[in-house]
Amino acid sequence: MARVVVDVMLKPEILDPQGQAVQRALPRLGFDGIADVRQGKRFELEVEGPVDAAALARIDELAETFLANTVIEDFTVRIETDEKSEEPK
Amino acid sequence: MSLDTVKHAAETPDTGQPWKELGLKEDEYARIREILGRRPTGAELAMYSVMWSEHCSYKSSKVHLKQFGEKVPANDAMLVGIGENAGVVDVGQGYAVTFKVESHNHPSYIEPYQGAATGVGGIVRDILAMGARPVAVVDPLRFGAADHPDTRRVLPGVVAGIGGYGNCLGLPNIGGEVVFDECYQGNPLVNAGCIGVMKHEDIHLAKASGPGNKVILYGARTGGDGIGGVSVLASETFESTGPAKRPAVQVGDPFQEKLLIECTLEIFKEKLVAGIQDLGGAGLSCATSELASAGSGGMRVELDTVPLRDSSLSPEEILMSESQERMCAIVEPQHVDRFLEICEKWDVIATVIGEVTEGSQLEIFWHGEQIVDVPPRSVAHEGPTYHRPFARPSCQDALQADDAGKLARPADGAELREQVLKLVASPNQASKSWITDQYDRFVQGNTVLAMPEDAGMVRIDEESNLGVAMATDGNGRYAKLDPYTGAQLALAESYRNVAASGARPLAISDCLNFGSPEDPDVMWQFAEATRGLADGCLELGTPVTGGNVSLYNQTGETAIHPTPVVAVLGVIDDVTRRTPVAFAKEGQLLYLLGDTHEEFGGSAWSEVIHRHLGGMPPKVDLSREKLLGEILISASRDGMIDAAHDLSDGGLIQAVTESCLRGGKGARLVVPDGLDAFTFLFSESAGRAVVSVPRSEELRFTDMCGARALPVTRIGVVDGEEIEVQGEFSIALGELRTAHEGTLKGLFA
Repeated sequence: MARVVVDVMLKPEILDPQGQAVQRALPRLGFDGIADVRQGKRFELEVEGPVDAAALARIDELAETFLANTVIEDFTVRIETDEKSEEPK
Repeated sequence: MSLDTVKHAAETPDTGQPWKELGLKEDEYARIREILGRRPTGAELAMYSVMWSEHCSYKSSKVHLKQFGEKVPANDAMLVGIGENAGVVDVGQGYAVTFKVESHNHPSYIEPYQGAATGVGGIVRDILAMGARPVAVVDPLRFGAADHPDTRRVLPGVVAGIGGYGNCLGLPNIGGEVVFDECYQGNPLVNAGCIGVMKHEDIHLAKASGPGNKVILYGARTGGDGIGGVSVLASETFESTGPAKRPAVQVGDPFQEKLLIECTLEIFKEKLVAGIQDLGGAGLSCATSELASAGSGGMRVELDTVPLRDSSLSPEEILMSESQERMCAIVEPQHVDRFLEICEKWDVIATVIGEVTEGSQLEIFWHGEQIVDVPPRSVAHEGPTYHRPFARPSCQDALQADDAGKLARPADGAELREQVLKLVASPNQASKSWITDQYDRFVQGNTVLAMPEDAGMVRIDEESNLGVAMATDGNGRYAKLDPYTGAQLALAESYRNVAASGARPLAISDCLNFGSPEDPDVMWQFAEATRGLADGCLELGTPVTGGNVSLYNQTGETAIHPTPVVAVLGVIDDVTRRTPVAFAKEGQLLYLLGDTHEEFGGSAWSEVIHRHLGGMPPKVDLSREKLLGEILISASRDGMIDAAHDLSDGGLIQAVTESCLRGGKGARLVVPDGLDAFTFLFSESAGRAVVSVPRSEELRFTDMCGARALPVTRIGVVDGEEIEVQGEFSIALGELRTAHEGTLKGLFA
């Protein structure tokens, strides 16, 4: 089964309170040198059948209508090729 | 692009500028050039365009709003009137209360969750800026048809946004309304109100005086959110074709706002500020120009010192950004260190961005170069004023002639019964608990009454039990039929709701939601509604302390029903004397106060049974409302009644159903002489309430009504497990409850 990953991030101009909270916490915990933190969401979709153009178009559509709120978020869709992510033999 | 400085602008008078894209009209742009004696710089153009937008300048509405300042009833409770961030009234014992209702309609349509959330955030900062601690919020909401797919998108987001933001702040949501009507499809109304409490000496005003005083921006960093939002979102009509406009929306951070509240209150406590203003629509453009304009005029700001979230922002964008959770304070130099120290303690970023100057110009610099040099009054207070043409719509006569009295009425008891069940289950009359249960109504432990009571009530002093109550009402159907009367009915209902809870109405705030002011029909509705409201307030003795106007609520040519929403604030000396709506004690007598006429124009019955809107709304008699209010308040104070419910949309049967379900007790009703069962149950005559009277108090209560000449009719008794209208029908409470409480769950859960 192929895995498709959808990454959803707040658009750059949109305030990210969670990312800011993380960033503010970093120096308090002794981690310096991080100028900005943006937090997003990652969806891993296990796709039945071949991941062809039609399947990707469908994933694009579901990401746009359901996974991401495109008023305030952007998303990217990619096929995961990492060996480690495959089912153990 | 190189920096457009004042010097550069003076040297290049012929450079073309995007005034049109920024929403300015040709003559407005010409006027800016005339004021400045040159072309505006890009930054100046940005400021003028947002401040002269309908949303900020009230350019179409202010000639009508003037009446609220002219027809002011004698009322010694007013401490601060219209013009400040919010009005302030004296509620006794040294306390003052500030309250206001605002709209966040267009942003909530685009992004329901964040739009509604930032609406709450904005009104809370308005209240905070007056020096008060916010203690409660209310939310009057209007959506499209309940079963429309887009309502399913908008409503849950709005409700979650209001609940989420308010809960994070720890503010109880104590009231408001939810109305469905297809006229709000594509233009939902998300109004948000807030109540704040302070001591008299803590009142703060938005002005910058005293040359040498520092201008401090504190709160969140400034980012690219909502740029131009204020002018684009609130001053342009949505096109019905093509994809909806979706400009950058603002995202709120309620935890930042909570820090801002506590930080600001500590700063107030140490008396460190000379003037203060919240940043809402139009951001820094608004805050700097309004503060300077209300003071002596001069202010110098170094814009490059503003802390940014995105370093690529241009000065124009910084001036227009609507990043949330920011405030601007004017602080005397000797207090600056302490001010910054308190901000640091609360983890709030604070920066001195400028100072008050001797002159009369607002000057803004960017890395040492001057990009703004304007008279602040010309930006903030002397924007354009339009006397828009208005005319009674040609279809108004036909609408009013289409009398609801001619609609087919139920023929017998069985049909009455069926229509009662249909009415109480209709989306507008059904229980709203699915929505209000998502709000925290009791956080802080001072909430005495909350939805579904007639009014929300909070205790403000734990020793004396002093409390304040607020109700919001507005009926777009009535106002569509007759805007003058409709506005007065909204006022009367809200007033009645507050009085029914036992509190004495003091003052009002309003949120006036209308279509495009460029349409003479809409402008007529607006003119009539404001006139009605001003006349009504004068007669009731409740001044308008402030409010908000939201225009351009329309899709294409179709405007929403004119929807003036009125919030009445009342005070109660002892909240333990409050009157709830629940009929909870068997054997108590039910009395109807006021007169019932055959009035069905705009009624819930005509909508639910016949999908009809026509005729005239119920008549208004404000002296009667006042008398009814006095009776309800006296009866509450002296313990003569155990429950009261105002009668409004849905009529008597709606009120009795709500009171019975709330108390878990049934009622036996008798149709009074001179009335038919249908009129008795469904008429929406104003100036009425139903009360539950202990038998021991019956004589005292009816004597009081008689002595004051208020019509009072015994209509039944609290009893049993069903609502029975003798000789007509009966419905078990369980069946009523299923009908009344199942609707919204079925639609949205």
